[in-house]
Amino acid sequence: MNLNEFLHMGGYAFYVWTSYGIALVVLLVNIIAPTRQRKKLLAEIARKTRRARRE
Amino acid sequence: MFNNFFHKLASPKYFYGISGRIIPWVAGACLLLVLAGLYQGLIVAPPDYQQGDSYRIMFIHVPAAWMSLFIYVVMAGAGAIGLIWRIKMAEIMAISSAPIGASFTFLALVTGSLWGKPMWGTWWVWDARLTSELILLFLYLGIIALHGAIEDRRTAARAVAILALVGVINIPIIHFSVEWWNTLHQGPTVTRFGKPAIATSMLIPLLLMALAFKLYYVFLVLMRARCELLEREANTGWVRELVEPK
Repeated sequence: MNLNEFLHMGGYAFYVWTSYGIALVVLLVNIIAPTRQRKKLLAEIARKTRRARRE
Repeated sequence: MFNNFFHKLASPKYFYGISGRIIPWVAGACLLLVLAGLYQGLIVAPPDYQQGDSYRIMFIHVPAAWMSLFIYVVMAGAGAIGLIWRIKMAEIMAISSAPIGASFTFLALVTGSLWGKPMWGTWWVWDARLTSELILLFLYLGIIALHGAIEDRRTAARAVAILALVGVINIPIIHFSVEWWNTLHQGPTVTRFGKPAIATSMLIPLLLMALAFKLYYVFLVLMRARCELLEREANTGWVRELVEPK
């Protein structure tokens, strides 16, 4: 099987690759969101703790 | 010993620590399974004699649909445990599951549509299976919105648990819809009694992807639960120690 044939997916390339593409995007966004949220939360808590100690 | 483990797991500090150590392993195993599943599903498995290569959408569609139901049941179960025994970690697990379940439901619907167009000649029909799965998506979105609308975390968790439990009625409806009603959607080929009606070369990637999606859920629900914990426990000693070790 060559690469062209593989990408062509027997004529169903649009449907197959769109499905896999959307799945990839959705699954990645789901990983990125909580990773960023945790960093933000930790930074926020650290800032509040520092401020509380100064007072 | 087992009892003791679960008891400790319900403690936020212990949960935060142990989940942090588990996450990289689950994520790694998940990635390996996805790669194996993609290789088996896209390269090794032969085209279907009726559907050609379009059936390869199944390796996303079916595991996503399974997960949409599985996560809902886990969410409702965790919600019930939180409701009855007031266990904070159970409440957190329930609400952390909702966005992941919604994502899988969305994927099941979209990939189903992309598979339906070349096979049935239409993106969408209002049949029992598709409609009940769409209701599942609205249930998830409703639960997320309800949780966001209530300021007090514990009240929000109780409201979410009740809505999730009421929505459980939809789960058997989705599962049996293809048997109870005449529909365009094909019947079950794997989850039925007896031998699965699917070739082994296609069953292997399907099961690999299903297992990968399960691990993905574990990985993500732990990540989300840790965020939720930090938010709720921001003013406690162990969180302060976490950001500023003595």
